[in-house]
Amino acid sequence: MISYPRWKIALVAIVLAIGIFLALPNLFGEESALQLARDRAAVQASDRTDIQTLLESKSVKPTGAFLDQGRLTLRFATKQDQLKARDIIAEARPNEFTIALSQASRVPDWMRGLGLSPLKLGLDLRGGVYLVYQVDVAGAVKQLLDHREQDFRASLRSARVPYQDVQVDYPANRVRVLFRDQDSRDKGRVAILADNRGLNLRDVTVDGAAALELVLTPQEIKDRQDYAVQQNIVILRNRLNSPELAVSEPQVAREGVDRIAIQLPGLQNSAEVKKILGKTATLEFRMVDESDNPLEAAGTGHVPLGSKLYYTRDKQPVLLKRDVVVTGDQLTDASFQPNSQDGPAVSVSLDTRGAAKMLKNTEENIGHLMAVVFIDRSREKNAQGVDVDRTTEEVINRATIRGVFSNNFQITGVNPIEGRELALLLRAGGLAAPLTPVEERAIGPSLGQDNIDKGRNAMVYGMLAAFIFMAIYYKLFGVIADVVLLANVVLLLALLSLVGAALTLPGIAAVVLTVGMAVDANILIYERIREELRNGVSPRAAISAGFDRAFSAIADSNVTALIAGLVLWLFGAGAVRGFAVVLVLGIATSMFTSLMGSRALVQVIYGGKRKVERLSI
Amino acid sequence: MEFFHKVTRFPFMSTRKVWYGLSAILIVSSFALVAVRGLNLGIDFTGGVVVETNFPKPPNIDQLRSALAKAGVTQAQVQAFGSSRDILVRLPPDPNAKGEQIGARILDVFKTADAGVKLQRTEVVGPQVGQELFVKGAWALVATLVLIAVYVLMRFTLKLALGAILAVLHDPICVVGFFAVTQITFDLTAISAILAVIGYSLNDTVIVFDRVRERARLARKLQVAQVIDESINQTLSRTLMTKLVTLLVVVFLLVFGGETLHGFSAALVIGIIAGTYSSIYISAALALDFGLRTDDLLEHKLTKPEEIDGLP
Repeated sequence: MISYPRWKIALVAIVLAIGIFLALPNLFGEESALQLARDRAAVQASDRTDIQTLLESKSVKPTGAFLDQGRLTLRFATKQDQLKARDIIAEARPNEFTIALSQASRVPDWMRGLGLSPLKLGLDLRGGVYLVYQVDVAGAVKQLLDHREQDFRASLRSARVPYQDVQVDYPANRVRVLFRDQDSRDKGRVAILADNRGLNLRDVTVDGAAALELVLTPQEIKDRQDYAVQQNIVILRNRLNSPELAVSEPQVAREGVDRIAIQLPGLQNSAEVKKILGKTATLEFRMVDESDNPLEAAGTGHVPLGSKLYYTRDKQPVLLKRDVVVTGDQLTDASFQPNSQDGPAVSVSLDTRGAAKMLKNTEENIGHLMAVVFIDRSREKNAQGVDVDRTTEEVINRATIRGVFSNNFQITGVNPIEGRELALLLRAGGLAAPLTPVEERAIGPSLGQDNIDKGRNAMVYGMLAAFIFMAIYYKLFGVIADVVLLANVVLLLALLSLVGAALTLPGIAAVVLTVGMAVDANILIYERIREELRNGVSPRAAISAGFDRAFSAIADSNVTALIAGLVLWLFGAGAVRGFAVVLVLGIATSMFTSLMGSRALVQVIYGGKRKVERLSI
Repeated sequence: MEFFHKVTRFPFMSTRKVWYGLSAILIVSSFALVAVRGLNLGIDFTGGVVVETNFPKPPNIDQLRSALAKAGVTQAQVQAFGSSRDILVRLPPDPNAKGEQIGARILDVFKTADAGVKLQRTEVVGPQVGQELFVKGAWALVATLVLIAVYVLMRFTLKLALGAILAVLHDPICVVGFFAVTQITFDLTAISAILAVIGYSLNDTVIVFDRVRERARLARKLQVAQVIDESINQTLSRTLMTKLVTLLVVVFLLVFGGETLHGFSAALVIGIIAGTYSSIYISAALALDFGLRTDDLLEHKLTKPEEIDGLP
């Protein structure tokens, strides 16, 4: 008997069965679908039933409906149903959901319930847009220093501690508060620490004057940078989920230290999305400095202490107090009101902190002017090709505070297009740091389909050629190798579906290459068996020797390929990673199938016979 | 069916000077070509803009070029991509050009030539990203080579390992030389292909060396050169058969995989051929010239298969 333990054969059978089961979802194909997402909240199971009944009452029956990551996907048998359903939902529940047209797999719901899903296709196969943004982490640190500066001023003022100036030094990452004397410095420290616990303030002397100094530690800087990237990711997700942008399955992920990669499958026109994503527009509410003359300040360039010079849209100078009443990040909601009493307006809601500040401010300042500053940061290259940040700060509205208000009010003075965009941006939150696009790849859907066809053809023809060759050259053993290769592809498909790795065109190339390498292993074994047979060894012994002796060569050669694959996995991004993932997983499955699967099959075929006269090899 | 029924008796070792010469020519000319012609680096590495468009019928490329120049899009490379209906436009990184507009702008210009033109693909890579990807790619190559060298040193005696490592170095150099000759775009997928070649080209060397060790134990009286010759001849059929089938599959990739995979599959084809050549003619010969003796092989007994399981 050829000695090959039964449990190994059983193991091969079990692994293969699991593999087939996991690969099963890939057989169902896709159909037209709608994806519903809700701004800032998940779509609930109750929404699902409501919408299903709604659609059924209008006799548009979805062929499937499932919730995944807070999004509801509805599948339809035809494109017409899909479009009809979109109109029905948009009409019955206006402005409630983002409705995106997409494709969804026909996998039955019970299978999906088990966590089975088909292979994801990469953007180069589906079409879509891939964007990489660079987060200005240095800008985020600057912002932190600016906040500190403002906080210090506020604390000192409310504690009525006299101070000369608060200076920010960006390259040195420090804030200094200059005092007249030691005594006010001591009082100042107490006042600042009362509002900002745990700050490490140091006593220093600047040009003979007593001062307090705050220097950010490397850890604080790193935390701030991480925070900026994370926060930006959250905000980009929010923006992508706004009903104004109907995007299906957006993926936002951190890449490296200071980059964010965004995948927008199926998206064709990226211009609008990019316009919204890169925006850093936000608002600030400041009191108007009514005691000084803005024209004089603009003319002489001498701005009174505690004030800042701004301009309105029509280039009129305005002096505003340095202290911000409320900033854009304290807004919780914003919506555009095209037809309010005073023309187009954005109605906003503030969080509790913002509301409290606004309440206090309006109480104290009835009859005074408050201004709304619109801030838009954009990044441009100057003539030398160096990035420069351009901040546009405009006073869009000045109004007398007529009554006390806190968390809900309207901002007028915006034009309709701006108002809509501002509402979206305010609602999604302000970016923690400016973004610069550094990479963009957009693939049209027809090219995607073309890539799928080409990849499939290359794979099918290549494999077919290898299969035919093996069967002719190695006869029955060649057929065994073919069966094993097929099993290899199934297992690979199963693994890829399981880990949720997206298949790209280079990924398909890796499948083809893996098949080639799996053939390799089989040939090594069969050539060894032939050699043993030539040396006059009995068929059974030849099989054993073939498998055993080829093992070390197969292991060695696969380890080196594995090393290359793993390095590529670590270093690669996008399509290259798609190649590496498939290569690494493919090496694993091909090792398993060639060494164990092929052996088990040989055992099943030849093991039962009492005497093997000759091998079909 | 069997192509190699009889074991061949090619005198690989005595003719090795010839093969060294051939390899030296290949390597020197690869370096010279890269130095003289340079590589046609893709936008992955240079940064820049690539716009792919599809026309209903083949357009006149010169006309498109002049139309672009007239519209103020200078420095544009316009070329057919795969078929004559697919037109690729490549632009160098331009600090003032915003990626979001360039695709639409080029499409507008092309629409004056043929209203049915479609935008297939836009890629914009910032110059900084390009530089980073290039550095990362170079590091990946170095890391792979070092790791593989470490592995080979662990598995074989020093002299064999040196032969294997030099033979492995030989292959990617040939592939890069091929890119310099053909001026096929050298991009990230080309790097993937080179890494795959490095990982894969050791296969045959390993098989030959395994056999050399096995033979050395069985036939102690033979000269090393003779052992190596016999080992290479005995493993020749499997070396050629495995590469032939892999090559077959990769050729299908080259023919049917489309323009996107063209450079990748071409690199694999060249790499596989170079790898097969170097493992037959170069790696063992180098080990011999490093002074490999039968004793070297006997000290290190054949590693038993079980021990391999614990390896990385």
